[in-house]
Amino acid sequence: MSDFFTMASLVFVVGSGIRLATPFLLAALGETIGQRSGVLNLGVEGVMLLGAFGAYYTILETKTPVLGVLVGIGVGLVMGVVYGLVTVSLRAEQGISGIGIFLFGLGMSDLLFQKQVGTPLPIRGFDDWHIPLLSEIPKVGEMFFQHSVLVYLAFVLVPVVAFLINRTTFGLNIRAVGENPAAADSLGVSVARVRYGTIILANLLAGLAGAVLAIELGIFQQNLTSGQGFIAVALVYFGAWRPTGVMAGALLFGLVSATVLQWKTLGIVSGAASSITAMAPAVLTIVALVIITRTVGQPSALTKPFDRGS
Amino acid sequence: MTTPTPLLRLDGITKRFPGVLANDSVDFDVQAGEIHALLGENGAGKSTLMKILYGLYNQDEGQVFLAGEPADITRPSDAIQAGLAMIHQHFMLVPTLSVAENVALGLADSGFLVDTSSVADRISELSTQYGLAVDPESNVWQLAVGERQRVEIIKALYRDCRLLILDEPTAVLTPQEVEELFVILRRMADDSRGLIFISHKLDEVLALADRITVLRDGRVVGETKPEATSKEELARMMVGRPVQLTPDKKPSQQGRVRLAIEGLQVEGDRGRRAVNNFSIDVRGGEIVGIAGVSGNGQRELAEALAGLRPVTGGRILLDDTEVTGSTPREVRGAGLAYVPEERMRDGVVGEFTVAENLVLVDHNAEPYCRRGVLRMRNIAERAVTLVERFNVKTPTIDTITRSLSGGNIQKLILARELSAEPTVLVASQPTRGVDIGAAEYIHRRLVEERDRGTAILVISEDLDEILTLADRVAVMFEGRLMAVRDRAAVRVEEIGLLMAGSGA
Repeated sequence: MSDFFTMASLVFVVGSGIRLATPFLLAALGETIGQRSGVLNLGVEGVMLLGAFGAYYTILETKTPVLGVLVGIGVGLVMGVVYGLVTVSLRAEQGISGIGIFLFGLGMSDLLFQKQVGTPLPIRGFDDWHIPLLSEIPKVGEMFFQHSVLVYLAFVLVPVVAFLINRTTFGLNIRAVGENPAAADSLGVSVARVRYGTIILANLLAGLAGAVLAIELGIFQQNLTSGQGFIAVALVYFGAWRPTGVMAGALLFGLVSATVLQWKTLGIVSGAASSITAMAPAVLTIVALVIITRTVGQPSALTKPFDRGS
Repeated sequence: MTTPTPLLRLDGITKRFPGVLANDSVDFDVQAGEIHALLGENGAGKSTLMKILYGLYNQDEGQVFLAGEPADITRPSDAIQAGLAMIHQHFMLVPTLSVAENVALGLADSGFLVDTSSVADRISELSTQYGLAVDPESNVWQLAVGERQRVEIIKALYRDCRLLILDEPTAVLTPQEVEELFVILRRMADDSRGLIFISHKLDEVLALADRITVLRDGRVVGETKPEATSKEELARMMVGRPVQLTPDKKPSQQGRVRLAIEGLQVEGDRGRRAVNNFSIDVRGGEIVGIAGVSGNGQRELAEALAGLRPVTGGRILLDDTEVTGSTPREVRGAGLAYVPEERMRDGVVGEFTVAENLVLVDHNAEPYCRRGVLRMRNIAERAVTLVERFNVKTPTIDTITRSLSGGNIQKLILARELSAEPTVLVASQPTRGVDIGAAEYIHRRLVEERDRGTAILVISEDLDEILTLADRVAVMFEGRLMAVRDRAAVRVEEIGLLMAGSGA
């Protein structure tokens, strides 16, 4: 245990915690936008898998990480349009539709992987970008300022998304549609258009999250995300539908995961015990959810399709 | 003198829904500077007509003309652009947003960023100009009902609407707030705007309108002016037959206390105290009416009495038996019957048949059930009797309850509850959303039940209903009992002030 409480260990845990938090953060930020407009997307996991495969395969073929990222985003966009069609235009039940998207993504990404690649070959992503000056601060620099550009991007998106939701006209429409779609409709705001917008943004970020995961791991395999998309959905509740709250949740989750990882590496836990500790982040999330959802109200129109006639 | 071109003219509007002709070739017009009341029962087609005008529905036939020009309004945004605004019965506000944000929502000239501060400035100007006190920075959920309505009016003024539609705007207001609203509406008309005032309240229509059009079964049955008509005539036009607006009532023969509420404390849905140290007695043979603006603890009080909501303090006694904290079945067993305010949620199972709903309370006892098996013949017999005795208009007793009108569902509930021959009846909003004919019947039935010796507690947001029925009037505000007055000693102004929390 004493090995754990060293400076080197702490630097590792914080550094990799931030790295591990990134896909959660991206997916959860997208999901936040969606849920604020009243759309629950349980398909995040599936879209992440498709985005991950898209990015992986593109980079494998072209050796160009930027293209991989763009393909991941593109896959998210397509899935967003599909989810919009199903839940907004056709008013299908959101929970079930999301599970459908998840299963589709799970199966399709594996099928494509088996057909196109077969054996997992590693890919090379972005080099870490050491931010000038900041990265040279001892310890702190190592923890915070020696990451891939994708990590910085995710954290920069936190204030961007907060600004979008709280200060822009589109954000006002999002909040109104998520709380009282009939009121927005009566003022000439198109509920469908707003929700299509948020769904596409949410899926786009989920696709990006998947791409980031594949690029950071440098690999793809069946069910690469192993539930991260679902955790991202939970983090939105955890963060009480606020980007900063979501970021806190993602960081907490990343740090706990990194800690568990470190314990395993140091042999503090092993075997069955390590499997049990691996559950720690999930358990923590559930506990936090129980506490938080009691105190904070979710968007009133969450999961409710809007139909003017009713 | 030639009549000027009306601001709005509806020409032969027809709207069909599956199985219903909601609007049948309706003609209607509004002049600038005029308040035109649209009067009719629930289901007469008033709301449908206005939703067509506002682009929420599209008509099957007919044409809308604005300032003489044909206008195609297929979406609310078309209506807004044409200078229309609508204040809906259920406010179209987003509770989690501020007043300014609610007003800014959907503004056509809004850029990428929301400029709430300039919106707030303009709101303040309008507030002063029209006497609409409201703070642009407060969040809507914190506002009282009357304030919320002012926000709705400001939304309309902000968009400089030429034509304002108000759908039952007084339903949730105190008498004083109604008066204030009328002053503001008159001021808006004086600015040569046109106003359409939808209501089923005869007094208000007579007090406010310049012109009155009455709708029945989707058709215009008459147009008149307030000075040329009377309450009775309007009621007759609405219903299609003479109506007795107030039931004949003998002086009440009060017996002993049947229901005693002592220092009752009940929590609301969000854990806040909804009923606070509330005490009242109801005697056999009297109707006590509880007046108050919606959301002041009435629902929680009724639910606590029916055993549906935990009591956190105080006692409830039914004929000297304490029933505090008892289950709904125990409370019923002790002689209480309950007509809930949300009839489709708490009163009936919409998908059940009339017969099934009528037996719901007794379905597990003889003679309707033996050894866990329902005895359909007895259930059917009882249903036939009750349907006839309570004048429930239903095609058969096997009709799905949801398909009946609100009034008939309410009569069904009343039939079931009164058939238990209760000693105490708690009736919450007994005629809300019910047509005049059914309301008249329900009121008569309640008075008969009183004369039979039952202790009746009527909770209603409709002050007229309370004044019609009650022998004693109690006012509830923020969960507390403000005052109790004998009906004869009631002054409406005082009750109105008490409903707003002052004057105690």
